[in-house]
Amino acid sequence: MTVQKEEGYVTADGRKIGGTLMEMKNITLRFGGVKAITDISFDIKEGEIRAIIGPNGAGKSSMLNVISGFYVPQEGEVWFRGAKRPPMKPYEVAQQGIARTFQNIALFEGMSVLDNVMTGRLNNMKTNMFQQAIWKGKAEKEEVENREVVEKIIDFLEIQSIRKTPVARLPYGLKKRVELARALAAEPKLLLLDEPMAGMNVEEKEDMSRFILDVNDEFGTTIALIEHDMGVVMDLSDRVVVMDYGKKIGDGPPDEVRNNQDVIDAYLGVAHD
Amino acid sequence: MPDQLLFGTEVFLNGLMAGVLYALVALGFVLIYKASGIFNYAQGVMALFAALTLVGIMDGQVPFSHLINAVLGTDIHHFGWNVPAVLAIILTMGVMVVLAWAVQQFIFRHLVNQEPIILFMATIGLAYFMEGFGDIMWGSDIKKLDVGLPQGGSFWIEENTQWLGFGNENFYGFFLDQLDIVATVIAAILVIVLVLFSQYTKQGRAMRAVADDHQAALSVGISLNFIWVMVWSVAGFVALVAGIMWGAKSGVQFSLSLIALKALPVLMLGGFTSIPGAIVGGLIIGVGEKMFEFIVGPMVGGATENWFAYVLALIFLVFRPQGLFGDKIIERV
Repeated sequence: MTVQKEEGYVTADGRKIGGTLMEMKNITLRFGGVKAITDISFDIKEGEIRAIIGPNGAGKSSMLNVISGFYVPQEGEVWFRGAKRPPMKPYEVAQQGIARTFQNIALFEGMSVLDNVMTGRLNNMKTNMFQQAIWKGKAEKEEVENREVVEKIIDFLEIQSIRKTPVARLPYGLKKRVELARALAAEPKLLLLDEPMAGMNVEEKEDMSRFILDVNDEFGTTIALIEHDMGVVMDLSDRVVVMDYGKKIGDGPPDEVRNNQDVIDAYLGVAHD
Repeated sequence: MPDQLLFGTEVFLNGLMAGVLYALVALGFVLIYKASGIFNYAQGVMALFAALTLVGIMDGQVPFSHLINAVLGTDIHHFGWNVPAVLAIILTMGVMVVLAWAVQQFIFRHLVNQEPIILFMATIGLAYFMEGFGDIMWGSDIKKLDVGLPQGGSFWIEENTQWLGFGNENFYGFFLDQLDIVATVIAAILVIVLVLFSQYTKQGRAMRAVADDHQAALSVGISLNFIWVMVWSVAGFVALVAGIMWGAKSGVQFSLSLIALKALPVLMLGGFTSIPGAIVGGLIIGVGEKMFEFIVGPMVGGATENWFAYVLALIFLVFRPQGLFGDKIIERV
């Protein structure tokens, strides 16, 4: 049973947001003597699109890496679905239902788009090695079932035409979309997107924004994303965390954050007199 | 048909089959290299260790008997039973899986993200450790390995190829060793099974994923440790097959570990990351060294088989360093 610590809320466009899915409590992350994250707390509620923004080097990616288990914070607690999470390997975090994409795209370049997306479903496949070796029966049935889910996601993200293409041959924008498809294939409870629109042109950005909204709408997936582009973030997200120099300087709905003096200073700079 | 041509054909066929055995050893290297970036110098010793264990189990030898006898003052060497070949192969495979686990648990788990040269050094250490360990465990005598594979020339082939001589009186049909033929068939089956496994099963897909990108593999929930143990186990299985073939041919002795050195030129030709490359490379080396000895050997006084493969590999290193099928080496500045 999920313990819901707080009640949800209703967004401006009328979507109902549920209780707390993930909570970060007083996270501090150090690399040697350098503090990447200093005492940050925030929560992610079920069904919402939560953005983490901030200037370069603010510690956004580090935060995402803490959530996905790639970094282990020195201090603080991570709570997921009402339970405190012990220190975990990234693959264990993935098995818990947290999928992610990477800022610099981490796809299996030698494999086809379809195979890439299928790897996203490895955790949903339960047959063991002997059943796989025999293949007929359970393993085959499982492959077919999972293949159907994957085909749906491929349709949804409009990448049918490149299903059999090796990923290495795709242009950047499409690779980003394939990576999203692979993360979605796991049917995650929480989807982490690390700069999903970095390096894209306006048209590609619009496409990606549409897909993110559709994913949230269609599958009810909770999404946490990092983004550089303020405009995009403000349009997409329900609530925003703003980071600067590893500290949290703002947290709330986009409109509120936009008018926060600290946030304006961080983005535009302050006059020193 | 003239004698030379007929004899040449026979040499060619024998070269192909020798090449299959080279390919088998090279395959073990490629599997581990692809999945973990480790060049496993110990692959040859693994073949030796597998063959030693197989013989030991089949003959009912008491493992560590010298050690036990020295410490306890007893005089035991054999359990007094013989294990059938099939059961012994299954048991040996079990030992190789335990070995794979131990290698991962005690060595490479602690060396994640280290330089390739450090990983390579670790495998050299592993090779010497395993050689000594195999010695203590099973003794150092040369042993006969008989798992029931046919030996000697195939009369059937000789009789049925005699007509190719077209009346040539010196020709009695091609002489092909039955063991070589069996080895070729088994190697072919092994390769097909490996390809099917990696292309169509869930674990195979995970294996390819790890070979491609560690970070991405972690993010979809693949345990690198599990995959590496699996890959080392598969390499152990390949080593076992290679050990059986070489052991059946020339007895199980410690020089068996030197076949690793023969695999090196095969890898340079085929590329370190390509399974088809290992096979084609093995065949080229096998045929190449036999044909070279046949054609050029008499002119330079023979014994070209000892160096031909390495010279060919050197030529490849100069003109195509990534091998025939390897990933192209591109250095971005």
